[in-house]
Amino acid sequence: MPKKITISNVVSQMQPSGIRAFFDLVLGMKDVISLGVGEPDFVTPWHIRESAIFSLEEGYTSYTSNKGLVKLRTYLAQDLKRRHGLRYDIDEQILVTVGVSEGVDLALRALLEYGEEVLIPSPSYVSYGPVTQLAGGTPVLIPLKASNGFKLTPRELERHITPDTKALLLNYPCNPTGTSYTKKELLALNKVVHRHGLVVISDEVYDELTYDFDHTPFATLPGAKDRTVYLNGFSKSWAMTGWRVGYACGPREVIAAMTKIHQYTIMCVPITSQMAACEAVVGPRALLDEMTREYARRRAFVIDRLNKMGLSCRRPEGTFYAFASVKKTGLSSVVFASRLLKDQRVAVVPGTAFGPEGEGFVRMSFASSMDKLKEAMQRIEAFVKKL
Amino acid sequence: MDPILQLLQKDARLTLQEIAKSTRSKVDKVKKKIAKYEKDGVILAYKTVINKELVKEKSRSVRALIEVNVVPQKDLGFDKVAERIYRFPEVTSCYLLSGSYDLLIVVEGRDLHTVSQFVAEKLSPMENVRGTVTHFLLKKYKEDGILLKGKDADRRLAITY
Repeated sequence: MPKKITISNVVSQMQPSGIRAFFDLVLGMKDVISLGVGEPDFVTPWHIRESAIFSLEEGYTSYTSNKGLVKLRTYLAQDLKRRHGLRYDIDEQILVTVGVSEGVDLALRALLEYGEEVLIPSPSYVSYGPVTQLAGGTPVLIPLKASNGFKLTPRELERHITPDTKALLLNYPCNPTGTSYTKKELLALNKVVHRHGLVVISDEVYDELTYDFDHTPFATLPGAKDRTVYLNGFSKSWAMTGWRVGYACGPREVIAAMTKIHQYTIMCVPITSQMAACEAVVGPRALLDEMTREYARRRAFVIDRLNKMGLSCRRPEGTFYAFASVKKTGLSSVVFASRLLKDQRVAVVPGTAFGPEGEGFVRMSFASSMDKLKEAMQRIEAFVKKL
Repeated sequence: MDPILQLLQKDARLTLQEIAKSTRSKVDKVKKKIAKYEKDGVILAYKTVINKELVKEKSRSVRALIEVNVVPQKDLGFDKVAERIYRFPEVTSCYLLSGSYDLLIVVEGRDLHTVSQFVAEKLSPMENVRGTVTHFLLKKYKEDGILLKGKDADRRLAITY
């Protein structure tokens, strides 16, 4: 008898997404207005696409250095210095990754010993918990309070720190809540981080989509740069989700360790994507401002409509997500989402996809045209009224 | 440019309420500002952009871009000559340019013949017109920032994180 194939323990015990069935339902339906999309509704700006095409015509089809094209790392270093006063060494402190997703994975694998704890403010992006487990660590969720705008407070942070705590995985502006932090709030968190010698893995991929104040990278806080792995990418700001390109900056020893894993698993980010990213960094930024203005306009519209129809929703400081409460309807997140889909053909993501703290909420993306958003809001209002 | 103008330039059918919300100002204030823009001639007209290629009509109009070389008039320069030309209703646009010719005009007519007739009988014989070069327009790809083709389909998956 041939031996049965077995799957590794850590993977078989990993919780599959509980709302897979709901997603399959969405994909099988027609005429759905989807507010479930986690990416911009713009296509990558033409000057970026054009430079990628040009690089192909010129024959740039080879591997690149493991760390990424020198040109791209140079541009990134210049850009971070110019915009944030952050100085990273081109050769030792910057690594080009396959989106921020790879950056998170590499950072966790490079840092964690078996059983070490990673603090994850929840609701959080879906991958943080599972990736921590894959790296041998223990995810410790910090439940955030809706009443506090889903903001992590220094007290909440402090309360969850144990002798095994290694890192804080911070994401701001946050997917799914849209919450971000002012410099003052970050300074307070930084004090706790510093006192306990934690590493901060800071996923700031939505940084350009901050509406009400300037985004402060965690690494710019006093003493934080030597303890922070700064992760960013091009997906959200430049509408480049499919190119899969991001970058990690941090202390030399951490980046060296991450590069080691990256070189054996990924080798390098596709050269065409890196070429496109170069153009995104050095090209004109006017389009970025235009996109941000457009999102701000949609945010104003969506938040206003949701609150008026009784789905209370705070104004997110960043991202293109409205995280609306459906508690008043008496329905759970998943039931609300499924019934809304069946009755009115509008797809939203149940908050529980982002952790148990997401119960009672749904995530709605306003990365859709104004016309679609108007139609979607009308349908949601009709649905809520009938309940 | 004032955000109100930016919004209207993109979509003139936005309501005052929508504009107020987007610019985070009061409806009254927006209303007053727009009224002033209209009075001052900053806002000249509200119109609809039509893709004429898709309009089903028996006869479609033709357009020509015409380079015009003119003799400027004493004291009045090009303005007076230009005015004599752009007053014809057939002329839909008229620009003064630097370079090898002076005026660029856009002429619209029922068919090739009508436009040619306009050039031969009205434009060329004018006293201050030294010469013309007529280019008939074959296909429009983009006009005033608007692509003249259908919208691309949304290629995104319906649900992503």
